[in-house]
Amino acid sequence: MSVLKEWIFTTDHKRVGVLYLIGSLAAFAVAGLMAILMRIELSSLGPTLTANPAQYNVWLYFHGAAMILGFQIPALTGFFANYTIPLMIGARDVAFPRLNAFSVWLFYAGIVLALLTFVVPDPPDVMWTGYPPYSTITSGNTALYTFTVLLLGFASILGGVNFLTTIAYMRAPGVTWGKLNIFVWCTFGAFIMQLVFVPVLGTAVTLITFDKYLGTNFFDPSKGGDVLTYQNLFWFYSHPAVYVIFLPYIGVVFEVVATFAKNHVFNYKMVVAGICGIVLVSGEVWVHHLYVSGMADWIRIGQMITTLLISIPVGLMVIGLVGTLYKGSIDFRTPMLWALGVVFLFLIGGLTGIPLAIPSLTLHLSDTYYVVGHFHYVMAVAGTFAIFGGVYYYFPKMTGRMYNETVGKIAFWFTFAGVNIVFWTMMDIGLDGMPRRYFDYAQFPQFQSAQQFMTFGAGLIGVGFALAVVNWIHGALRGQRAPDNPWGSKSLEWTTPTPPPPSPGREMPVITADWHPYGYGDRGEGATQPAPASAGA
Amino acid sequence: MSGTLERLHRLAGYAAIVPFSSTVFGAQPFDDPARGWDRLWYDVLVDISVIGIAFALVAGYFVWRYRRRAPDQQGSSPRLSTAMAVGWVVVPTFVFMADDFFLAANGWKLWNDYRQVPAERLEVKLESGMYAWDYTYPNGVKVQNELRVPAGRPVMLRMTSRDTIHSHFIPDFRVKEDSMPGRVTYLWFYPDKPGEHVVTCAEYCGIMHSYMSGKIIVLPAAEFDAWYQQQAQRIAGSNRTKTPEA
Repeated sequence: MSVLKEWIFTTDHKRVGVLYLIGSLAAFAVAGLMAILMRIELSSLGPTLTANPAQYNVWLYFHGAAMILGFQIPALTGFFANYTIPLMIGARDVAFPRLNAFSVWLFYAGIVLALLTFVVPDPPDVMWTGYPPYSTITSGNTALYTFTVLLLGFASILGGVNFLTTIAYMRAPGVTWGKLNIFVWCTFGAFIMQLVFVPVLGTAVTLITFDKYLGTNFFDPSKGGDVLTYQNLFWFYSHPAVYVIFLPYIGVVFEVVATFAKNHVFNYKMVVAGICGIVLVSGEVWVHHLYVSGMADWIRIGQMITTLLISIPVGLMVIGLVGTLYKGSIDFRTPMLWALGVVFLFLIGGLTGIPLAIPSLTLHLSDTYYVVGHFHYVMAVAGTFAIFGGVYYYFPKMTGRMYNETVGKIAFWFTFAGVNIVFWTMMDIGLDGMPRRYFDYAQFPQFQSAQQFMTFGAGLIGVGFALAVVNWIHGALRGQRAPDNPWGSKSLEWTTPTPPPPSPGREMPVITADWHPYGYGDRGEGATQPAPASAGA
Repeated sequence: MSGTLERLHRLAGYAAIVPFSSTVFGAQPFDDPARGWDRLWYDVLVDISVIGIAFALVAGYFVWRYRRRAPDQQGSSPRLSTAMAVGWVVVPTFVFMADDFFLAANGWKLWNDYRQVPAERLEVKLESGMYAWDYTYPNGVKVQNELRVPAGRPVMLRMTSRDTIHSHFIPDFRVKEDSMPGRVTYLWFYPDKPGEHVVTCAEYCGIMHSYMSGKIIVLPAAEFDAWYQQQAQRIAGSNRTKTPEA
């Protein structure tokens, strides 16, 4: 009982991080189950699991909302940021530990609200986007959607305040801006975007609830409102939200790739410039989500150009990632396998986004399976692979034990085969006109065999992720004892004892002048691993 | 996959024929956006495939070539000189930017084809509602879910909605646009030969969203005219029979 109390009331950044991980994996499990249900439903024409489209729409809503707001963002900016950043920058804890504890409480409250979807008689069915007028006239519970978004949004804002302050002011002497881990830079960029854009999302979802329950008319054209205002507000946040997911996940991949290639990050400053570039353009591209929404022609063309220009910072980051492999010493351990999987998936996902930057091509592609396939490759699946690889990477540090290498690799290959079967096929039939968010597809009977193939792929994904998680549970309970630094990383989070002791009594590393988080090989010549100083030094 | 290959073959055919037919024979004073779409898609597909395969080959080669051979072997990437470091930013930036502007220019050209509606069009009003498409022809004839149009004449839809947002998607003509309450949007397409084409809703509009579909029936011009006159007379007839009662 006291252990439970210790965890609930903890202000220790590592425990807050682990709480974020457990909550987000719970959201992932339920939202993943929804995806499996949808795939079974679509495996044959006509009703399969349920004859009620409303039921299917609730699965669809929960899958999208929970995967993005309940799993990816909290796992990346909640778990990874909390667990690793204070250790990476040599800080004793985050700047505001109590605020941090409060943010994880808000996050759990948000998860509980989201799960109420399966309890209330009128579950929300507004997709994760909540477009009015549908969201203001549906019999579904739009308020539940609004308050879920608000709670998770507040958790994120508190995290943003906390981590921007921590990274800016609490770095240990010697950890300069030029010696920050790429993941720390990525999180810094992600939280700048969260602070700027989350309030806009909060405004948008609050206004639909006002419209539906309090009789205001922000989005009702018959009373002077405008339906497009919502879409602009929503995507003004939700496109940057893609980078709030992308930056930390690619940051995790940089950490894993540098460690398992035992190599300096290729052209470090170029990668940092790429991160800054993404933050700068993130707010000027949202109209590419509205290419068929009836926006003015001039802004559709204008944002075609800004959207295409995203390829520059993203391209620089990919060059940095692939360049880090050059003359490396690559060890194919489980975390590295997942990270290399991300490089492959991101290449497909990123490049298939280029047609979607062009409004004339989007007139056909928008709202089809092509879009769904694209964003699963680029954000959903690549991000999840990075999260799984990252959890495998930090697993020995968190638990003090090793996972099973063979099972970890088998889990990877199952998942990797599954996602390519599902999402490549999805893009292919999307190109032939299969619209997204369909419960049934009587007008497109020719796609039935492709749908069945995707359902088969979804089964592989389910087996793969389940194996990966079982491997963690087994490893945490029965695995071999892990050394403090099993991967031989030069980064500061690996200099702590395993598992890292609670913040107040922790011995702080001493950082030498020639230390660098990626100081391998020639770069490490003369550089010494920071030695733990005695307590209070 | 077979769908993709088939499409590539079809596109290669278009790429050879279409510029020829429109310049030499001068059959129509406008470019059919659907064919322009197929051509631009082909160009973009080649573009992204080249970039993707180049990156994948380099990454794959590195992964194979620099695999760890001894347990405590370290990486040995060279330190970049300032010139090299700047060069690795500037050169890719210009390459990517050049490609971006190439794609933007082509995308913009096709965009203008999509948004400039030829003058000799048939203009039909569309009101969408949960879960049907209601079309009104210039002469007042109303039809639901089945739009008959003549072959060889551009068709424009002026669209609005009476409830939620819908999107009028005709996959065969490579076009869709949302219809929504309080605003009027438009799209046009060129039905060049007789046939039937699926229309389906592409914007989530409610519980029965996936059942909101219809079709566009392209008739030979003479056959369409006959049908159109007949419908017009039926309206006139029903108006005449009503008038004495009023």
